[in-house]
Amino acid sequence: MPKAATVTKKTSTATKASANGNGKVTKGLDLVDVELAKKEFQARKTSQLAAIKKTDKGLLREMLYQMVLGRKFEEKCAEVYRMGKIGGFCHLYIGQEAIGVGTMMAIDKKDMVITSYRDHVQAMIKGISPESVMAELYGKEGGCVKGKGGSMHMFSKELEFYGGHGIVGGQIGVGTGMAYAAKYKGTDQVTLCFFGEAAVNQGIFHESLNMAQLWKLPCIYICENNQYGMGTSQKRAMSSRSIAKKAEAFEMANEFVDGMDVMAVRAATLRAIERARKDGSPTLLEIRAYRYMGHSMSDPGNYRTRDEILKYQERDPIVLFKESLKEAKVFGDKDFEKIEQEAIEATDAAVKFAEESPYPAESELFTDVLVA
Amino acid sequence: MAVLTIRDALNEALREEILRDENVFVMGEEVAEYDGAYKVTRGLWKEFGDKRVVDTPITELGFAAVGVGAAMAGLRPVIEFMTWNFSILAADQIINHAAKMLYMSGGQFNVPIVFRGPNGSAYQVSSQHSQALEAFYANFPGLKVVMPSTAADAKGLLKASIRDNNPVVFLEQERMYGMKGEVPEGDDFIIPLGVADVKREGTDCTIVARSMTVPLALQAAEKIQAEYDVSVEVIDPRTIKPLDLDTIISSVKKTNRLVIAEESHYFASVGAEISHSVMEHAFDYLDAPVKRLSCAETPMPYAKNLETLALPDVDKIVAAVKEVCYL
Repeated sequence: MPKAATVTKKTSTATKASANGNGKVTKGLDLVDVELAKKEFQARKTSQLAAIKKTDKGLLREMLYQMVLGRKFEEKCAEVYRMGKIGGFCHLYIGQEAIGVGTMMAIDKKDMVITSYRDHVQAMIKGISPESVMAELYGKEGGCVKGKGGSMHMFSKELEFYGGHGIVGGQIGVGTGMAYAAKYKGTDQVTLCFFGEAAVNQGIFHESLNMAQLWKLPCIYICENNQYGMGTSQKRAMSSRSIAKKAEAFEMANEFVDGMDVMAVRAATLRAIERARKDGSPTLLEIRAYRYMGHSMSDPGNYRTRDEILKYQERDPIVLFKESLKEAKVFGDKDFEKIEQEAIEATDAAVKFAEESPYPAESELFTDVLVA
Repeated sequence: MAVLTIRDALNEALREEILRDENVFVMGEEVAEYDGAYKVTRGLWKEFGDKRVVDTPITELGFAAVGVGAAMAGLRPVIEFMTWNFSILAADQIINHAAKMLYMSGGQFNVPIVFRGPNGSAYQVSSQHSQALEAFYANFPGLKVVMPSTAADAKGLLKASIRDNNPVVFLEQERMYGMKGEVPEGDDFIIPLGVADVKREGTDCTIVARSMTVPLALQAAEKIQAEYDVSVEVIDPRTIKPLDLDTIISSVKKTNRLVIAEESHYFASVGAEISHSVMEHAFDYLDAPVKRLSCAETPMPYAKNLETLALPDVDKIVAAVKEVCYL
């Protein structure tokens, strides 16, 4: 039997184990009713407790802080967007924080990250300051790309953050190339390549996964399945339900992960990193979450009901993580208040910085078209 | 100086740059084991192996994207399209990604990549394999566009393109791969991008030609000289973007007449751009309206006689020069 086929078989088992910690595959997260959601919340908490006990306290605090900061920051974005401070498109991450934090806080500083246009929170987790992200949203000189990219295009070469990209799926191929470069140069960097579930229907997804497995590239493909491609649900756009299983067509390792559970996301990412660093092979993670807000700030959300959103909020990743941390006696309400306060202060400082930062000089129009 | 075909001049450029810089690699369909669909990469895989010369699946968008990502992460890929017609599948990566990356990252991520392969018509390969795409790619800021017409230019410009820190669209011509010319010796023979070349000096009329139309224009110039004693200057911009307008304008100011011969379509072509610039900068020097020769405004037909009819040739260029000289 070819080696790759064995890998697939092994990961099928891993999929089951990781799904809810007791070997039972989670069925249809988008079909649960409120009561079932509450029960799942309890089951998830039990599995989180075990993971929390094995994790460094400082790291847990930073994970919670980044999740809360992501939430507060994006809420503030919505607020200032409505005030006309932010122009263009503005895609918020609210509801998906456990994915960014669970994956990106499992990698090293040297590892590379690339994502779609829903990029504010990933940019901050990689180390870009909330100030320069907010200033970028404001189209100001102090923005991380000098006001020339806006919401969809945060970058930092220094921090190995290869950008937010605006063409659905385009970054899947670019991320594959980043992993190609790591292998070529013989560094042990891994690449985290994020995209939404709707990008999976683009040809570039299939072209990239084929090459990554063929050439054994250290790329971790992270499908953030928030269940809607703009206003079209996955059910109305994809002939098959499982995205993780699409990797099997390429004989690529894959896992389905509950994206409301930051510890489960972290565990799955660590397994993928080991695979990437050990023998350079790629993984596809399908991490299912739910975006509470519209596709962008201009989306009224007529395609789904309030009940559906509430159902997911029953399983909110931040509430879940806090309750688990509390039950594990790692942190208490006072710690949570402090963390929340820090996040609010960081967000307010970001807004202040953005407000005060000047607009780019008119001469900036013609810079950075070509490099010497 | 060695006499080489354009194919071998390109091959030498690739070989020398692979040897010079460990980050340079060639990637594309059939470039390695098969030795290249048009043999431009002949022998390179045998010499350098899988790391430096990489066969890809037939996945133009995918391998163009791998090139862009690899270039962002510090490599210098040379991506071959078997023909530029296939690049249209990869246009998202060339236009939306490579061309924009430096600007939208606020100057942080440059993309040192060369996309290369044959452009324009070949020998009766019909509608989907005969397009000249320079005007299309030249329309997007962030890309350089290069079109050599001699063996020396092919080598010097390809080496300059590989060393350039920006994305370069390098357009070759299938009909020209076998054409021979003298090529200066030495690894450091470079032709800077953005510098036009006067292929033939003259005083009575300027022809601006590029790629395949350069040898046609030179033949037409000889014919006109012999038959009408008209002295034609032939200018090859070599780089479409950035365009060396100064050389063209100076020539027009001297000859007062301009013919532009190109293989691409007429509407919104590079020739139209040059014509406009000449109107803007040398209006008072023109003694006749600028004449443009392009590919017929149809998809390329298969039939040999129709294909010939669609394309510029020596006789059409002669007729155009006669027209602007009122002969």
